[in-house]
Amino acid sequence: MYKVYTEILEIAGDVITVEAENVGYAEIAEVISSLGTSLAQVIRLEGNKVFLQVFAGSKGISTGDKVRFLGHPLRVASGEALLGRIFNGTGLPRDKGPSLSEQVVEIGGPPVNPVKRLIPHKLVHTGIPLIDLFNSLVESQKIPIFSIPGEPYNELLARIAVQAEMDIIILGGMGLKYDDYLFFRNILEEKNAFGRTVFFVHTASDPIVECLLVPDISVAVAEDFALKGKRVLVLLTDMTNFCDALKEISITMEQIPSNRGYPGDLYTQLAKRYEKAVDFEGAGSITIISVTTMPGDDVTHPIPDNTGYITEGQFYLKNKAIEPFGSLSRLRQQVNATTRSDHRTLMDTMIQLFAQYRETLEKRAMGFKMTDWDKKLLRYGAMFEKRMMSLEVNLPLKEALDLGWQILADCFKPEETGIKLSLIEEYWPKK
Amino acid sequence: MTRKGRIVKISGSMIAVEFKEFVLQNEVAYIIHGEERLKSEVIRIRGNIAELQVYENTDGVKVGDSVEFTGELLSVELGPGLLGQIFDGLQNPLTLLAERFGFFLKRGAYLKALSEESLWEFTPLVKKGDKVKAGDKLGFVPEKIFKHYIMVPFAFSGVFEIESIVEKGSYNLRQPIAHLKDKEQRTQEVFLKQSWPVKIPIRAYRERLLPEKTLVTKMRLIDSLFPVALGGTYCIPGPFGSGKTVLQQLISRHAEVDIVIIAACGERAGEVVETLKTFPQITDPRTARPLSDRTVIICNTSSMPVASRESSVYTAVTIAEYYRQMGLNVLLLADSTSRWAQAMREISGRLEEIPGEEAFPAYLESRIASFYERAGSVRLNDGTVASVTIGGTVSPAGGNFEEPVTQATLKVVGAFLGLSRERAEARKYPAIDPLISWSKYKSFIDEDKVRYLHTVLRRANEISQMMKVVGEEGITLEDYVDSLKGEFFDFVYLQQNAFDPIDEATPQERQKHVFDFIYHKVIKEDFALQDKEQALKFFQKLRQLFKSWNSEAWQSEGFVSLEKEIKIFLDEKKRVKSNHV
Repeated sequence: MYKVYTEILEIAGDVITVEAENVGYAEIAEVISSLGTSLAQVIRLEGNKVFLQVFAGSKGISTGDKVRFLGHPLRVASGEALLGRIFNGTGLPRDKGPSLSEQVVEIGGPPVNPVKRLIPHKLVHTGIPLIDLFNSLVESQKIPIFSIPGEPYNELLARIAVQAEMDIIILGGMGLKYDDYLFFRNILEEKNAFGRTVFFVHTASDPIVECLLVPDISVAVAEDFALKGKRVLVLLTDMTNFCDALKEISITMEQIPSNRGYPGDLYTQLAKRYEKAVDFEGAGSITIISVTTMPGDDVTHPIPDNTGYITEGQFYLKNKAIEPFGSLSRLRQQVNATTRSDHRTLMDTMIQLFAQYRETLEKRAMGFKMTDWDKKLLRYGAMFEKRMMSLEVNLPLKEALDLGWQILADCFKPEETGIKLSLIEEYWPKK
Repeated sequence: MTRKGRIVKISGSMIAVEFKEFVLQNEVAYIIHGEERLKSEVIRIRGNIAELQVYENTDGVKVGDSVEFTGELLSVELGPGLLGQIFDGLQNPLTLLAERFGFFLKRGAYLKALSEESLWEFTPLVKKGDKVKAGDKLGFVPEKIFKHYIMVPFAFSGVFEIESIVEKGSYNLRQPIAHLKDKEQRTQEVFLKQSWPVKIPIRAYRERLLPEKTLVTKMRLIDSLFPVALGGTYCIPGPFGSGKTVLQQLISRHAEVDIVIIAACGERAGEVVETLKTFPQITDPRTARPLSDRTVIICNTSSMPVASRESSVYTAVTIAEYYRQMGLNVLLLADSTSRWAQAMREISGRLEEIPGEEAFPAYLESRIASFYERAGSVRLNDGTVASVTIGGTVSPAGGNFEEPVTQATLKVVGAFLGLSRERAEARKYPAIDPLISWSKYKSFIDEDKVRYLHTVLRRANEISQMMKVVGEEGITLEDYVDSLKGEFFDFVYLQQNAFDPIDEATPQERQKHVFDFIYHKVIKEDFALQDKEQALKFFQKLRQLFKSWNSEAWQSEGFVSLEKEIKIFLDEKKRVKSNHV
């Protein structure tokens, strides 16, 4: 049935070249070497030359090894049987369970027709005031956590996952440390979420090409669940490793780099994955929360920069708290109009005052005299940091709003806040 | 007989095809892959090998697959029925595709942009024997609230004589409505629709004019300080999160133009969806009809094929030019031109062209320039003045305006509305930075006053920079008040609350009134303030009053009474000039 080709002409990086006929672009093949069998994907066709990217890497492949074309694009098993299981980037089990071949879905399927999307409109409660009150998370949103190594981004990711109460959680780990993987498993088990979770894990020591497949496989399985009416939460950590894998491979492939070595299509590559986030009209939804560690805490680095242009905002995790500046949920206005009439004004006012607090801190650091107004701001800022920003705070939205008014009333007179009178009359705490 | 070729090379969305006879540069071709026909465009020819960019995913396509050349350049269909539609970058109607194929965009599925069956009530405006040329009006059909003029096809060159024209009545797009005879007595049929190659500007007008009339966007910061002209161009560069898309959305809703074409080019689908779904629901206050009745949306989001992203801006501008030919003022909003430039970069990379700065192709600047040059105010054959205004967002890498796309754009536009991350983070919306932005167009506000306000803003900024060094105690009360005045103007006039139904859009009359009020009664006024603390309190209170004023409907009872209250409040603090009566 499938033709087997034995002559490997060229091996460069993780790309091998064979001569073969009737091979389709992006088709999958098996490379059988002395080290075992690996999948490979067609990435270029030139006359009868076929260029294959070997998922397990080209290490140990000899020019005499066999290549067998499977005649179909990359696929993965999907469905309920995956829940509670752990797989690698190509969909093979990493746990001791059986390998699956039921309900296969294609990876990298076509884009959703925009007119079949719903306007995101369901608030996802996380219990974190800096998210719920200031940057509400919305079902079908795609949003990264911008951070640097050493910050508790995986803890934050896990906490959102557990408190968001979604039907299915899909965790895609790229270049993940084994400890991190164990951490996720333990916390999900502890909170009784393991049974509705699928793991696709690429660890730091696995072949680099597999890293590239993790987001694809994660969103492909998520899409299958969503089409069946499930609300799916996809967690991707760390997308910086994905981008670096992309860079490594594109340079090996002699593509012209655009910015700091990253390929010119980095934006398109990221968009292809992130844009899978969707709320289907008449079916389920996919929400994507990812981690992007910023090299050198530099938000203008190509990875966070391109990510920021695709995702619907970002949570900026700094000094173990979600930083009000730099964090933004673009979809918050879809949901925060209907929560409570004071939500938006309170959100804006508190942030504007917090901005002034930051300026005052600078002034103080430079040794200037603190005016009465400065003192008020300092008091406000400290209270805001302790009672709102700290990741230890766990409050439902309504209570967080009430707390916001309380903090304002503790620190300011109504007219100092710039809030319009009708709201002051309704919400300003009466002494 | 169709010319055919054979695929010899595939690399992503780029294929090389060996051909026997001839091929045209930029002609459309189809890959025949089993049942599927995948649209592509010739972009380079070398010997007997043509390189084509494919407007689809090429998965599964094989070396040896056959390719059919069509002999036609990439074109769009122009005719009644465009308004209210949502197309992809190749003018496929997305709503129909969804009805036919469901959730996903099926590869190789193309549908006609305009319904051929729908009947339109045609009224002729010419008679047998009349002499006409390209762009002249032959008659009209009603489309939504407009008279959709049926014109002599723009591709017809020379003078034609009307040989026959149908009578008033209902016709569909397949029935000829006129026969025209050229000088050589050859007869040409004319239909309600025509097609036009997207990459070539429509030039069937008498002359181009200097854009002079202000386009009222109802955004105070733009209209008063950095205005845009009908037929002009502007760009909105800004780092991510600074509010480019929200700003474009607000402009698309409130701008005083006849038709808005939105090109969502390589951006988030979620944002387009909002426009798609809300426009039919929002009533346009000027026409009392849904906003979608005067809108065409070209939607090629970031996960849709990159080659059609490249063509989407051309599709959009061609449709804009078409409606301009009817005597209308059209606004084209392109979001984002950087994604379009990146699509060029990707295609150029696949062609292995020698890269320019940041791997963008060397022809980046000339492509950007010729795109913006398609804007303009023109006098049509019948003397009517009509315009296409182009506003493009730019998403500079790293938020750095030095990068090639921003720089190339700044060279060719008439107004620069630069967004800043600092302003966005301080929740100052719109986050257009008045200190870096500029406009070459005229505002409806008195030029001298505008210039004065610019100096006030600059001065306020200088003082606040100074305060960072010497502290509040280090500056005079006078300077302190100047900086408060600048901040006040920024806070209550330049910033606009997009979520307040009144404040989100300020009509021209109100802008003039409030601007003058602030100019004479606050900025130019001398207040009797004892010390800095009192000054701060005074301006805080004033700010609060103005905020409430901004939320009151123009000339409503609340508006009038608040204006009185503010006047009294200001008069109390006015410094009494000793030798004045």
